[in-house]
Amino acid sequence: MKKTLKSDYGILIAFTALVSVVPFMLANKYYISVLIFVAINMIVAVGLNLLVCHAGQISLGHAGFYGIGAYTTAVLTTAHHCPVWVDTLIAVALAALIAWIMGTPTLKLKGHYLAVATLGLGIIMHIVFNEWEKVTGGPSGIVGIPGLSIFGRGIGSDLAYYYLFWSFALLTLLVALNLVKSRVGRAMRALHGSEVAAAAMGINVSGYKVKIFVLSAALAALAGSFYAHYVTFISPTGFGLSFSILLLTMIIVGGAESVWGAVIGSVVLTSLPEFLRGFKDYDVVIYGFILVAVVIFLPAGIIGGLRILKERIGRRGTAESA
Amino acid sequence: MFKSMRVLFTVMLLVGVTFCAVLLSGCAPKQKKADEAYKIGAILSITGRASPIGQPEKETVELLQEQINKAGGINGHKVEIIVEDDAGDETKAVMAAKKLLNKDNVLAVVGPSLSGTTLAIVKLFEESQTPMVSCAASVKITDPVQKWIFQVALTDRYSIPNILRYLESKGIKKIAFISDSNAYGQSGLAEMENTAPQKGFEIVAKETFGGEDTDMTPQLTRIKGTDAQAVVCWGTNPGPAVITRNMKQLKMTIPLIQSQGVANAKYIELSGDAANGVVMPAGRMIVTAQLAENDPQKPILLEYQKAFEAKYKKTPDHYGGHAYDAVKLIFKALEKVGPDKALIRDEIEKTTNFVGIDGIFNYSATNHNGLSEDSFEMVQIVDGKWTILKTK
Repeated sequence: MKKTLKSDYGILIAFTALVSVVPFMLANKYYISVLIFVAINMIVAVGLNLLVCHAGQISLGHAGFYGIGAYTTAVLTTAHHCPVWVDTLIAVALAALIAWIMGTPTLKLKGHYLAVATLGLGIIMHIVFNEWEKVTGGPSGIVGIPGLSIFGRGIGSDLAYYYLFWSFALLTLLVALNLVKSRVGRAMRALHGSEVAAAAMGINVSGYKVKIFVLSAALAALAGSFYAHYVTFISPTGFGLSFSILLLTMIIVGGAESVWGAVIGSVVLTSLPEFLRGFKDYDVVIYGFILVAVVIFLPAGIIGGLRILKERIGRRGTAESA
Repeated sequence: MFKSMRVLFTVMLLVGVTFCAVLLSGCAPKQKKADEAYKIGAILSITGRASPIGQPEKETVELLQEQINKAGGINGHKVEIIVEDDAGDETKAVMAAKKLLNKDNVLAVVGPSLSGTTLAIVKLFEESQTPMVSCAASVKITDPVQKWIFQVALTDRYSIPNILRYLESKGIKKIAFISDSNAYGQSGLAEMENTAPQKGFEIVAKETFGGEDTDMTPQLTRIKGTDAQAVVCWGTNPGPAVITRNMKQLKMTIPLIQSQGVANAKYIELSGDAANGVVMPAGRMIVTAQLAENDPQKPILLEYQKAFEAKYKKTPDHYGGHAYDAVKLIFKALEKVGPDKALIRDEIEKTTNFVGIDGIFNYSATNHNGLSEDSFEMVQIVDGKWTILKTK
């Protein structure tokens, strides 16, 4: 167990190094903005990965929490002139509170019932964004959200946003990696395997489930708040069911067996449509084809494919040396 | 253990390197040649829920590109229009805009198709000082006026006065307003609430419906219980067609006024016989044949329809018309001032009496939606066909 944690740190350091040099290898600002969205999506995906892949609780309503983050930020900064960062904190706290209130009854449900309950939750939030016109601006959304600033200085450039959001994404990743390898992580995996067995071993099953649900909702709200500050405009379209499903696709295509799956999934699913723009009208077809191919040929996701590849190379290595 | 780490490192490194290679490959700095093509961008909702809007826009953009290049381009330069799909999604629109502005370095951008996607990227165009001619209809896009943002679509601000004038001519003062619960319906309601009371009208009932609802009788029954003299409906297909049919079923005899959002063949098809007698404001495209011979828009409407039908074997609609006007405005500016973004912007702002599909455009420093109330005709459906009503 300790060894795997160490190797995770190794990869994390290498990954951090890669993240910090990439902007200098890119000749174009456009790619930096793509990577900014990768970082935003990664924060949500890592949180969802903890909930779905480690604790075994499905959520089809994470776009709702993402939306709560974005809308809290938008409303507080435009209508109430709340200072930036304070709004982000309130957004995260509000999403956590709602997740706690909602999670306490719903997480007692299992399997399909939980999926449907979270689906309903997501749809209700989407309806609220659409219909609570006085506050959310209704379907036409909210314009003029201020950008982020640090120590009173506005962040103007995409490069600054890139480093800021990636710092948070990497921090989230570090927390998630530690959490998975900790006592909490083992408890989560136990209740993923069998809730009855976990309860028999003295694990507070519903307590852990609610906590992890709250954590992943808070991360989604953090990302939502960043999104609102970066794009400066929001409307309900981005916070519907399709985004919830996209998030699930990210963690499944990336690989459900590790937190790194969420990382790879968010990188691939956010940037792939951009690379495919060159194919003009066929981009959607190729995108779908790639997703289907991954699901058919790499049932354990990209990270699972990499693991199998590594094992094969490892076997060959030992065979040669023998 | 060390071996597995090494392998993983190698994999990571490989992934990283290919990633960067792919990223870099597309963006080697190109030498500017004297006869290089003029690059224009277009961000349209070609796929996704809004594809009925984005698709004809894309077809029109491609048609115009083909036409101008066949005619030798602009001042000897070929024109390249780079079309990006935003799938009706604001995040994708932001990325498409970043690509066009930073990677393709376009001179101006046509679109986006929708109000949401437009509002999401307005800031990027202001920052990068690139002119954008949006095809979307929200009043918010050009009110307040922003330096680099223009609009070609007809807005509610111009259609509602036409409706009120028509109602007035019929002696109607009390109206019921029923709107789609989307941005379009919401904007219509807001505009009506602003305008109607000032002109002495009273909105006696306000109802909403969901775009996918298949039965609106509850809302209409409530309206029936009021003393409304006419129903004004604000929505896009298929909802307004359901209302049209439900009103017939409920034997409501008060007139029904629809918005410009359903001034298309699909509405008549969906409503069937119930559509007869319905009145609405519409651009001139659907009534081209009935226009007077000396109408300045007639030749351009006929020419566009002929070219579109020849290439795509179907009739164009007013969405394609928005793209047509946006592209032509940019072409005209480009022809006059050459490839300079600031000069193109100034030139678009100076446009006067430019005859387009949507109307006759007159822009100024304080008006970035160049149309006016005169761009609409009030039309009535008679025997399943559009007929111009003379109200002016």
